[in-house]
Amino acid sequence: MSSVAHDEHHHEEHFVSKYIFSQDHKMIGKQFLMTAVFMGLVAMMLSILFRIQLAWPGEESTILNVFLGDAWAPNGIMKEDMYLGLVTLHGTIMVFFLLTGGLSGTFSNILIPLQLGARDMASGFLNMLSYWFFFISSLLMFASLFVHEGAVFGLQIGDATTSLPGVWDGSGPAMAGWTIYPPLSALPQSVSGSGLGMTLWLFSMTIFIASSLIGSLNYIVTVLNLRTKGMTMTRMPLTIWAFFVTAILGVLSFPVLLSAALLLMMDRMAGTSFYLSDIIVGSEMLANHGGSPILYQHLFWFLGHPEVYIVLLPALGLSSEIIATNSRKPIFGYKAMIGSIMAIGFLSFIVWGHHMFVTGMNPFLGSVFVFTTLLIAIPSAVKVFNYLTTLWKGSLVLTPAMMFAIGLVSTFITGGVTGIILADSALDIAIHDTYFVVAHFHIVMGMSAVFGMFGGVYHWFPKMFGRMMNTRLGYVHFWITIIGAYGVFFPMHFVGLAGAPRRYYNYSVYEEFDQGALDMMMDLNVIVTFFAIFAAIGQALFLFNFFYSIFRGPNAPQNPWRSTTLEWTTPVEHIHGNWPGDLPTVHRWPYDYSKPGASEDFISQIEPLAEGEEEH
Amino acid sequence: MEKIIILIVLITGVIAIAQLVRVYELTYKLKNRGEHEIPNRDNNLNAKLMLGFMMFQFVGFIYLMLKYGWTGRGEPASLQGVETDWLLNVNFVIIIAVFFITNFLLFYFSYKYVRKPGVKATYYSHNNKLELIWTIVPAVVLAVIIILGLKSWSDLTSGPSKEAEKVELFAYQFAWIARYGGEDNTLGKFDYKLTTGNNELALMTSSTIDSSVQEMGKAIANVEEKLKQVNFDYLSSEYRNLMATSDYKAAVENLVTEIASSEFNLVDAEDLLKHLYAEHTGAHGHVDVKLNQPNAETQSIIGDLEQELSTKERLYRSLVQMKQNHNADVDKFALNDIVQKDTLYLCKGREYEFSFRAKDVIHSAYFPHFRAQMNVVPGMPTRFKFTPTITTAEMRVKKEDAKFNYVLMCNKICGGAHYKMKMIVVVYPENEYKAWMSTKKSATFKDQYFPKEEVETVSK
Repeated sequence: MSSVAHDEHHHEEHFVSKYIFSQDHKMIGKQFLMTAVFMGLVAMMLSILFRIQLAWPGEESTILNVFLGDAWAPNGIMKEDMYLGLVTLHGTIMVFFLLTGGLSGTFSNILIPLQLGARDMASGFLNMLSYWFFFISSLLMFASLFVHEGAVFGLQIGDATTSLPGVWDGSGPAMAGWTIYPPLSALPQSVSGSGLGMTLWLFSMTIFIASSLIGSLNYIVTVLNLRTKGMTMTRMPLTIWAFFVTAILGVLSFPVLLSAALLLMMDRMAGTSFYLSDIIVGSEMLANHGGSPILYQHLFWFLGHPEVYIVLLPALGLSSEIIATNSRKPIFGYKAMIGSIMAIGFLSFIVWGHHMFVTGMNPFLGSVFVFTTLLIAIPSAVKVFNYLTTLWKGSLVLTPAMMFAIGLVSTFITGGVTGIILADSALDIAIHDTYFVVAHFHIVMGMSAVFGMFGGVYHWFPKMFGRMMNTRLGYVHFWITIIGAYGVFFPMHFVGLAGAPRRYYNYSVYEEFDQGALDMMMDLNVIVTFFAIFAAIGQALFLFNFFYSIFRGPNAPQNPWRSTTLEWTTPVEHIHGNWPGDLPTVHRWPYDYSKPGASEDFISQIEPLAEGEEEH
Repeated sequence: MEKIIILIVLITGVIAIAQLVRVYELTYKLKNRGEHEIPNRDNNLNAKLMLGFMMFQFVGFIYLMLKYGWTGRGEPASLQGVETDWLLNVNFVIIIAVFFITNFLLFYFSYKYVRKPGVKATYYSHNNKLELIWTIVPAVVLAVIIILGLKSWSDLTSGPSKEAEKVELFAYQFAWIARYGGEDNTLGKFDYKLTTGNNELALMTSSTIDSSVQEMGKAIANVEEKLKQVNFDYLSSEYRNLMATSDYKAAVENLVTEIASSEFNLVDAEDLLKHLYAEHTGAHGHVDVKLNQPNAETQSIIGDLEQELSTKERLYRSLVQMKQNHNADVDKFALNDIVQKDTLYLCKGREYEFSFRAKDVIHSAYFPHFRAQMNVVPGMPTRFKFTPTITTAEMRVKKEDAKFNYVLMCNKICGGAHYKMKMIVVVYPENEYKAWMSTKKSATFKDQYFPKEEVETVSK
C-alpha cells in the first residue's frame, strides 16, 4: 500500500474535489451530517409551529404568521390544510432525512473504513453519488414546503387556479401523513397538498431510496471485503455490526417502498387502479375498480417496520461503543449483542402487519403478527440488560456522549415497554392512531435515535473535525434535551389514553360531547408545547457548540477518550487513505478495557497479545 | 421592527455564549487541561444530576398518573370494552414495573459507579448463565401477555351472533351516515355507481339502477354535446380568421350563428364552412383548407372532455350490465332500510354488527368510549361488533356531566376538515330505543327517496 502514501505528495486537491464532489468517505460523512442537521432543524421548526397550534388553537400568533406567511396563516391563524402539511413533512424529514440519511449516512461513512482499517469505502464514486442523490432529494422535499397554487419558488408548473386540480396543481406540501396512504395521496381533488406537493414528495423519496440503496450496498461490500488483517467478523466493534445489519435491512426493504411509490405515481399520472376502487371524490365518479388501498399499506409497512430498526440499530451501535469506552469496561455479552442485532433485524421483516390491525385484516393473520412483534421484545430486553451490566461496577466517565448514550438506554426502555401494549392487537383497537402511539414511537424511535446521533457527534467530533466540542455546553444541551424529551412525550401518553386522535387540527369537536376530556387534553397540550419549545431552544446551544468548535474548538489529541478501536490510531489530520503507512493489523477484540494485568486501562486493537494472554 | 429586535437579541445571545466559551477555554488553558479530560467535579455533579433526573422522571410519571389516570376516556361502555380495559390494566402493571426497575438500575448505576480515584473498573465480559436468565424471564412474561392478548383478540373479532342488529356506517369527506337494516334486519345491496342526487348511499334496487342508467346516459350526451360545441367553436373561429378581411366576413358570422342555433352535426357544419370558403376563394369542388392546431387551452379542454367521456362510457357499460344481472327479489331488503344522519342511536344490551363503507378516501370509525375502532376503506367493506352496556343517561350521571355524549370520530387522516368529522352516538334503554325506532317506520329508504306509486309498481 505504499503507493497510496506515495500519491499524497503529488495529489493536490482542488476546492471542488475536496469539499464538494469529494470521494473521501470522511468528507462524505460530514456532508451527510451537515445536510441532515439542516433538514433536522427544518423538521423541528415545523413541529414547533404545529405544537403552537395545538396548545393555543384559534389564537393569533405572530410566530405562525412570520413563518407561514399570509397564505397559510392569515392574521396568525394556521389553516387546516397546512396543519396536515406540517405534520406530514415533519414526519417524513425526521424519519428519512435526519434519522436514516443523517444517522446511517454520517456514521456508516465515517466509521466503517476507520474502524475496519480500510483506506476508504469499496467504491468512492458510488459513495459520492449516494450523497448527491441524498442532497437532491433533500432539496426537492424542502422545496415542496413552498408549493403554492401550482408554483414552487415562483416557478409555475401547474395551473394557478383550477377547479379540477391535477398532479401538478394545488398548494402546500404533501398532506396525507408521512405514510401517505392512498386514496388521499392519490387523488389531487381530495386535499390541496395531493397535487404538486405530493408529486414532489414522491420524486424526492424515489431519489432518496436510490441514494440509500447505493450507500447500503457500498457499506455491505466494504464490511465484507475491506477488513484489515486480523479484523475477523467477531473482532468488529458493535458499531460496525449495527451498520452492517442496518445496510442489509435497507437493501432488502427500501426497494419495496420504491415499488409502492412507483405504483402510486402510476395511479396518479397514468390512470391505473393499483390502489383505487369504487371511489367518488367530490362529485366526480371514478371508473377505477379492483385496486386496494390496503395493498399500499402492506408495501409501505414492509419497508416501514424495518425502517424503525434502520433508524434505531445505528444508534444502538454507537451507544454500545460509547458506553463501553466511557465505562472503561468491555461491553457485556458481546456475542449476545451481535445475536440480538441479527435477531432484531430478522424479526423486523415479519412484523409489519402490527401497523394494520384495524384495517380489517383477517384476525388469524393479526394473531401471527402479534406473536412475531412481541418476540422482538426479547432481543431488545437482552440489549438493555447488557447495557445495564456494562455500567455495573464500571468506572464511568460522564462525557456528553456518554450521557446521551445513557439517555438512549432510558428512552429505549420507556418507549419500548409501551410497544408491548401496541403490539397486542386486542389493545391496539382501543388506542390505535391516538396520541399514545405518537408518544410511543417518538420516545422509542425518535428520541433514542436522536440521542444516539448526538452521542455519536460528541464522541466522534474530534475524529471528524480534529477539534474538541465544548463539554460544559454539551452537558447543558444534554439536560435540556432529556428533560424536554420526557416533558413532551410523557404527558402525550395521557392525551392518547384520553382518546385523542392524532393528526387533529384542534379538539374543538369535544366541546359538543365531553368538556371534561377537552379540558384535560388542553392542559396537557400546553405542557407538551412548553417543553417542546424549551427543548428546541436547547438545540441552539448544540448548533452554536457544533459550528463554533469546527472553527475555534481546541485541537483534539489523537485518542481523546482513550479508546481501543482503530479510528483513534489514525492521525488527527485527515489524509487520503486514513493511515500514513501500512494498514494496521488487528490482534484482539475491541473491548479490552481495564483488562487485569495490563498497565493502562485500555489496550488498542493493534496491540499484539502478550505472552500467555487469553483473548477474552 | 419586531423582527429586528428579535434578530438583535439572538445575535447578542450568540456573542455572549461565545465570550463565555472563550473565558472557559482560557481557564482550561491556564490549568493546562484538555477538553477531553473530564474533571472529577463535573463527573460527580452529573452523576448526582442523573439521580435527580430519575426523581424528576418518576415523580412526573406518578403525578400524571394520579392526576390524569390511565384511561381519561372514562369507564368502558361496552362488553368488549370491559375486556379490553381489563387486559390493558394487566399489561400496564407489567410494563410500569419494568419501567421503574430498569430505569432505576440505569440511573442508579450511572450515579453509583461514576469514576472514583483509585478504583478500577471490573473486567467482566460475559456470563452465559445470567444472559440465559434474562432471555428466558422476558420470554415467559411475553408468553403470558401473548396468550391473554390472543384470547381477547379472538373474542373481539369472532363473528357476531345471528340476532345482532345490522347497521352500516357510510363515511365521506367529512361526515357519517348510518343505515339500519330495518324490520327485516337485512341491509340492502349497494354499488357506488348508483350514487345520484337522491340516492347518496347508492342502494341497489331495480328502480335506482334504471334511474342511474338514464342519468348516466344523459350525462354522456351532455359531455358529447360539450365536446361538439368546443370543436365547433374552434372550427368557426378558424374560418372567421381565414376570412377576416374579406366581404365574406359577415356571411361567415351569419352561417356560424345559424349553425350554432340549430341541432347541428359537426361534419355537416364543417362542410358548410368549407363550402363558403371555396366560394370565396373561387376554388370549386375540392378545397384543401389548412387549419391551425387548436391552441393549448382548447386542446386541454378537449382532452379533459374526452377523458370524462371515456370514464362515463365505462361506467355506463357496467350499469347496463348490472341492470341485466339484477335480481329484483332483493329490492325489498334495501327499500325498508332506515337512513339516519347526525346522530347514531343504539340500544343498551343489544349486540350490533357494524359494516363500514367509504365513498372517497380511507376513514376510520373510532368509538373511544366503546373501545372500538375499524378502518373504513373505499372498495373494501369492513366490519366489527360491539354491545353497548351503559346508556347515555347513565354515563352522564357517572361522569357528572349533563352534556356528555358518546361519539363516533374519524381516526384516519382524510383531508382538511378531518378533525370535525364526527357523529354523536346516543345509547337508549330498550323502551326508548323501541319508541325511537317506531318513529322511523315511516322514514325508510322507500319513503324518502321514491314517490309512493313508483315504488309499488317496481316492487311488484
